[in-house]
Amino acid sequence: MADGLETLRPGALTTVQDLGRAGHAHLGVPRSGALDMAAHRLANRLLGNPETAATLETTLTGCAVRVLRPTVAVVTGAPCPVTVAGRPAPWGQPVRVPAGAVLDVGTATHGVRSYLGFAGGVDADPVLGSRATDLLSGLGPQPLAAGTVLRLGEPQAGGPPPVPDAAPWAAPPRELVLPVVAGPRDDWFTAEGLRTLLTGRYRVSAASNRIGLRLEGPALARAREGELPSEGMPLGAIQVPPEGRPVIFLADHPTTGGYPVIGVVPPAALDAAAQAPPGTPVRFAPATP
Amino acid sequence: MNRPAAADGSPASASPERGTPPLVRPVGDRGLLVELPTAGRTEALHAELLRRRAAGTLPPVSEIVPGATTVLLDGLPSAQAARRLAAELPGWDVPPLSGGAENAVEIPVRYDGPDLADVAALWGVSEDEVARIHAATTFRVAFCGFAPGFGYLTGLEERYHVPRRSDPRTRVPAGAVGLAGPYTGVYPRSSPGGWQLIGTAPGTVLWDPDRTPAALLAPGTRVRFVPLGDGGTDGDGDAEDDGGVKGDGGADGDGTAGASGAPRTPNPKERP
Repeated sequence: MADGLETLRPGALTTVQDLGRAGHAHLGVPRSGALDMAAHRLANRLLGNPETAATLETTLTGCAVRVLRPTVAVVTGAPCPVTVAGRPAPWGQPVRVPAGAVLDVGTATHGVRSYLGFAGGVDADPVLGSRATDLLSGLGPQPLAAGTVLRLGEPQAGGPPPVPDAAPWAAPPRELVLPVVAGPRDDWFTAEGLRTLLTGRYRVSAASNRIGLRLEGPALARAREGELPSEGMPLGAIQVPPEGRPVIFLADHPTTGGYPVIGVVPPAALDAAAQAPPGTPVRFAPATP
Repeated sequence: MNRPAAADGSPASASPERGTPPLVRPVGDRGLLVELPTAGRTEALHAELLRRRAAGTLPPVSEIVPGATTVLLDGLPSAQAARRLAAELPGWDVPPLSGGAENAVEIPVRYDGPDLADVAALWGVSEDEVARIHAATTFRVAFCGFAPGFGYLTGLEERYHVPRRSDPRTRVPAGAVGLAGPYTGVYPRSSPGGWQLIGTAPGTVLWDPDRTPAALLAPGTRVRFVPLGDGGTDGDGDAEDDGGVKGDGGADGDGTAGASGAPRTPNPKERP
């Protein structure tokens, strides 16, 4: 255990994430995994890690870890100040971190979630093939707390690949425009309700989390009362509870539900949703086939 | 296209058990929600989907998630594959399920739940008779949800369906056996809950991520409850066993999940 990471400052919420555990929804197990999948994958690519390697996902306020053995680390996702042993270090570029040095990932300057990748990946006991922390059902490692020690995996032989001059990266959105495919339960809403979804001005609510992006804005009028018999819920589902404000299901979403899903945001568009802080304006647009 | 039975307009075609074809709805660009007229046909379609997946005749999907009267297929390889399957699936000839109890998972249970008297009153029978009827029923896991390892078991006759408690408990122990609507379920871990509790299943670990398979109950699994004698041959009686689940997260969990603010798990009427 003396060769991994020691948590000095866990930040608002820092969890271990990877590609998640899709394929178990029929057992009531959420897929989980990194919310900004592109940023998580980029961290692993910059380090030459296998795509299954785990990273740390922070929330707004970053985190600080002491590295207990020499390693190479990279910070992707939400841009933020990075220091190694108190000295400024680049964001988005692999940096060498000597044994005993503190890697500090500061508060995001834009966006919400930064990803800390380490050569060899963060190691933890996999559950159903994934090291991801699932906050809905409590699977995977607990969120980091001060003093939490995590192992690191074995780096690939030959070290990280050569550093590119620039890695492509989409800036966190000023306004989130989410494509939506209507259904499966769009017939539970009035024509007015469907129009409201596509024309209404929404904002990201502070009550959002890894389970769902909750929105503030106009309520969506229902054409029928009551609830559905429980049915499977996909990633990106726009579920509408009785009070009418939509919730977009993210990685830790429940696998079944009884509120109607008016539309679904294709998962590729959810990376941007993961980086939209509370207050960000949100619009929906019909997905182009 | 080989239509299921009675597509000839005869009165039998109105039968929800064979006639009405499933309704297929789009779910995003690579998913489908298949809706069926009855729970029985839903379970039969789910079994057919698993057969076709095992035989390699189903396009690759990442999830097959049954619900009460639906099956969600998610993660098809392309929008085109989703459209093709949506067009083809209503024409499948899906054989009805056989009702046998072979290979049933047996769950030892003590019929000592705090709502046993209420359920007996609702059924109009004695408490012993509730236990006898429940233990004589072959259940089937219709679908899972609420928490890893929680199965919604169907099989009780309609006259034995009971409402949820009007006053849900803030804490139901792991292993509690409850009834609500058409369902029976066993709480995999301690949680709040509103089902009518008729018994306790000591020693049955519904969910253990270190076990293969992790979930004792998967959709389609047949289940029988075996009454434990008064002498108690139930081992350690550890009703608090949490089945190795780490932490106490979950829909009603530890705050990080946003207990009250979290999007809902199953239909509030069905939520355990």
